[in-house]
Amino acid sequence: MATVNIDRSIDARGMPCPGPLMSLIGAIREGEVGNVIEVLSSDEGSKTDIPAWVAKAGHELVEVVPEDGYTRFVVKKVR
Amino acid sequence: MDDSTLSLVLFSGTDDKLNAAAVLAAGAAAMGRKVNVFLQYWALDAFRKDRIREDHGLASEAGPEGEAAYRRHGGQHWSEIFRQAKEIGDVKIHACSLSMETFGLTLEDLDPLVDDQEGVASFFMDADGPVTFI
Repeated sequence: MATVNIDRSIDARGMPCPGPLMSLIGAIREGEVGNVIEVLSSDEGSKTDIPAWVAKAGHELVEVVPEDGYTRFVVKKVR
Repeated sequence: MDDSTLSLVLFSGTDDKLNAAAVLAAGAAAMGRKVNVFLQYWALDAFRKDRIREDHGLASEAGPEGEAAYRRHGGQHWSEIFRQAKEIGDVKIHACSLSMETFGLTLEDLDPLVDDQEGVASFFMDADGPVTFI
């Protein structure tokens, strides 16, 4: 698997819905086009919400990795 | 994809209902929908700037067990979720002028999250879809 350079990592574990998504949106807005942002979330809602938002907002979901007790979402800011 | 406005009438002033409303507003704003909120009665009272962070209790159906679960879950205060929703999207919060009169309030008495006060017809001017009452 190719290594992805992460520009910013957000640890939103323990934050309930919609906290992790809100944190991701904030980071995307602050970031530059091409930045790769990682969000760690233990919120079940994030599993559907983060992919849905990324698709709607026109960014790229680089990977979704189930970890022990949380999920790691890697998102690239496309526009 | 339905991009119609999310119109919420908030009547109840308990923290659980306001939290549920804030989550709906944030989700809709995240998905690019306009959000149009109208505050009446007890919800309006909860937005008073001197009371917004007070304990507003929970809906009666919570019961002791439900209340314990709600308190344990924690998370951000609903006012903070509304603030984030306003940051990321087009979210307007209007105070119902009738409720303002009932309580003798002016905009000065309310948290800055509230944009303005308006009558019910103005609210419906912006409500281009169904209205949800909480």
